[in-house]
Amino acid sequence: MELFIDITLLTFLCITALAITVIRKLFCAVMLAGIFSLLSACLFVSMDAVDVAFTEAAVGTGIATVLMLAALNLSHSREKCPPYQPLLALLVVCTTGAVLVYGTMDLPAFGDATAPIHHHVAPRYIEQSQQEIGPPNFVTSILASYRGYDTLAETVVIFTAGLSVVALLGIRDRRGGQSITTDRSAMKGYLVLRVVTKLLLPFIFLFALYVQFHGDYGPGGGFQAGVIFASGVIIHSLTLGRDRTLKAFPQRFLTILATAGVLLYGGTGLAAMVRGGNFLDYSVLGATALAGQHLGIFLVELGVGVTVFASMTLMYYAFSYRKEA
Amino acid sequence: MDSIPMNVSGHFNYWVAIFLMMTGFYVVISRGNLIKKLIGLNLFSTSVFILYISLGKIHGATAPIASETFHLYSNPLPHVLILTAIVVGVATTAVGLALTARIYEQYGTIEEDEIRIKDESL
Amino acid sequence: MIHLPHLAHLAIWQVLFPLLAAPLCLLLRSGRLAWLIATLASWASLAVSVLLLRTINCNGPLTYNLGGWPAPWGITYHVDALSAFVLLIVSAMAALVMPYAAKSVSREIDVENHRLFYALLLICQAGLLGIVVTGDAFNMYVFLELSSLSSYALIALGKRRRALTAAFQYLVMGTIGATFILIGIGLLYSLTGTLNIQDLAVRIALIPTSAVGHRTLITAFAFLTVGFSLKLALFPLHLWLPNAYTYAPSVVTTFLAATATKVAVYMLLRFSFSILGSRFVFEQLTLGKIMLLPSLAAIIIASLVAIFQYDIKRMLAYSSIAQIGYMTLGISLNSHTGLMAGILHMFNHALMKGALFMVMGAVSYRVGSVYLNDFRGLGRRMPWTMAAFVIGGLSLMGVPLTAGFISKWFLIEAALETGWWSITAVILLGSLLAVIYIWRVVETAYFNPLQEIEDDEHTEAPASLLIPLWILIGANIYFGIDTSVPVDMASWAASALLEGTMR
Repeated sequence: MELFIDITLLTFLCITALAITVIRKLFCAVMLAGIFSLLSACLFVSMDAVDVAFTEAAVGTGIATVLMLAALNLSHSREKCPPYQPLLALLVVCTTGAVLVYGTMDLPAFGDATAPIHHHVAPRYIEQSQQEIGPPNFVTSILASYRGYDTLAETVVIFTAGLSVVALLGIRDRRGGQSITTDRSAMKGYLVLRVVTKLLLPFIFLFALYVQFHGDYGPGGGFQAGVIFASGVIIHSLTLGRDRTLKAFPQRFLTILATAGVLLYGGTGLAAMVRGGNFLDYSVLGATALAGQHLGIFLVELGVGVTVFASMTLMYYAFSYRKEA
Repeated sequence: MDSIPMNVSGHFNYWVAIFLMMTGFYVVISRGNLIKKLIGLNLFSTSVFILYISLGKIHGATAPIASETFHLYSNPLPHVLILTAIVVGVATTAVGLALTARIYEQYGTIEEDEIRIKDESL
Repeated sequence: MIHLPHLAHLAIWQVLFPLLAAPLCLLLRSGRLAWLIATLASWASLAVSVLLLRTINCNGPLTYNLGGWPAPWGITYHVDALSAFVLLIVSAMAALVMPYAAKSVSREIDVENHRLFYALLLICQAGLLGIVVTGDAFNMYVFLELSSLSSYALIALGKRRRALTAAFQYLVMGTIGATFILIGIGLLYSLTGTLNIQDLAVRIALIPTSAVGHRTLITAFAFLTVGFSLKLALFPLHLWLPNAYTYAPSVVTTFLAATATKVAVYMLLRFSFSILGSRFVFEQLTLGKIMLLPSLAAIIIASLVAIFQYDIKRMLAYSSIAQIGYMTLGISLNSHTGLMAGILHMFNHALMKGALFMVMGAVSYRVGSVYLNDFRGLGRRMPWTMAAFVIGGLSLMGVPLTAGFISKWFLIEAALETGWWSITAVILLGSLLAVIYIWRVVETAYFNPLQEIEDDEHTEAPASLLIPLWILIGANIYFGIDTSVPVDMASWAASALLEGTMR
């Protein structure tokens, strides 16, 4: 059964990828890319990577598609026929692919439990992380503690992306000139949509909070929660109008939030140093090592969530305000 | 161990991932449309994620969240690495899209060859 | 003397100063304050790197466990001779570029973006430092992406619209390179089950050459090499570099030209020597022979192309590609002298290209652009700036008593050791071509009759641009005369690399 699901998903993935190469309508290509990442999220679930699947679904299918559509809105939506036959490209790709296939010859078979990858570093995470760190979700333990520094860098990456997009596109606050009632971006005529959005929003935000604080026990964590929170704000902006959203979440507030998230993460690491540990060594933060780890993970996950939410929303603002500016 | 036929069932997953990667790579280097290039980059990196996650899978194992009923878990480390890589991917895409939007404003096109012509005509 | 417990945290402070100063920049209301924070952070980071170098000199390599987790399970920082040397290059350049930035940025970047600009520059610096200081392969990838992402945005902030297309091109090629590196790291991980660099080396050495796993190892190495070559702009993969350097703001060009490609060379060295081992890489995979041809081609072709450029920033960008060729040439000779010459040239090239691009920034500050025609009469109008250009140019050619001479000297010595006269000829030809393209500018600046001197505004650049520039020029001369410090460090780093240990 597992094999059947695996093969079906992989086949769908191949078809989608090929469709992306031939299709000329960029709108369709963007939607297909969204489908591609949704399919790969399903594949990740079938390969036991639930956290990755959650993130891929939220990011690849959600945010990336929204940003691509926003960018399409700012430019052309049809691709021109390439003026030449890309034979050289085909040659490069085939060679690269052949080298890679050659490289997999010596890899252990798929799903082989005796492969070296499962036998050196990983067993400690599975066997001891609950005694050393606590959360039953091993991914959370590794992400926030064993390899917490990678996650700090990752938080700074998304922060950097937010900065870069704002620096490139700029966000112009037009509230001064226009009152809320004349905001054209609001979906005035769609009463059902507006009512449903208003009803849904509290639940979206509640779900985001659940994902944020339940990441220790199940799939989820700061990153996914931040994305869900941001998508709630995006829905708000799409149906109720940009200006109202900007009033609820002003740009300056989001910038401070994004900064605060990074500083919270870094500050947790510094606090550990002040208390005599190494950078990001949460064990020294609490009365016992486990309590310290618990507190540390809580704080850094919060930092991640806040930064991701604020940066994603800022990026969306930048794209959505560009058009009429 | 070394013969290819024996490997087929065991390596099927990797090879499909490689095929997907190369499709993405092909879109990046053969297409002149900037947004299409970014879609290709996304495809390329997502397929690399599939390869990583395939490497971490163990037959008969379950998701790496401790529970009473299971004792065999898939390798959680590739999952963590890919979580980070997904974030890096979306960050790059966002910056690329912002550049595309600005390029369209400045040049009136997002086709590479038309941009080149406009640059040379100056 | 400083107490040891504080020294233990040195490695992490190296990255933390710029990394945490970046968000602080955003909290401030004024660009001026952001600049102050950025400058202080970069100076603090320089102080740390000097201390690190001294510590390692006395106590040997330094390891720091992030989060308190020991080596293969957590991420560790590991500083050895080579990384300490490269850290010094990066943080010294950042410390010089920041004071220079104040005037240059206020001329070239919109006021509302100043805070963002300094934050991005700090993040770029933190990313580059993080690559060098880390002992974990995947952490290196994350920091590589951090520095790349910020540099895409920094390049795109250039005034001309071609900055946007240059940044996009760099983004696409850089991401392809990074994805290749990601594939390579994944394959190495699948063979060994570890990501720690030292641990990887130990476990890869255990794989017998004929047994299972070898083909994967070769593929991993191939992908890593292509990825790094894209990032360091090795000859046929250099296409992103000329546009990126030409259209980026002056400050960004100066900083990236002096540091980013060096860090890419560092990654190549780290993976091929510390992880895979020089015997495997050079004797079995013949990396030396594979890299020799692109390096020689880079030296000749890029120098030739440089001669025909009218945008002088672009000319220097092509010259950078040629100079990178010297570095990879040194590596590909696979000898202690060659490796040492390559590492030494990383340092010297940072000095001279940093200085020359600072000259470009000063000229564009006063004149507005840096086409060859704009240089007419500048010898008289901007005497200090042009004198700096002449000395920097002499260093680039490799004239005795400048830093450039020293690395060329060792490179030629290494080439003679191998007995290939043709390589020596190429090195000399490269220098000769450098004479030609530098001379074009010097001739225009000093010997072209002034046609109109009525506009008196084209006077000497302000002191805040000249002082960092002349510090670099001074370094070019100083390290051309008293060569002991960089030569000793390069030689020490080279022997540690050749022993295959992270010492």
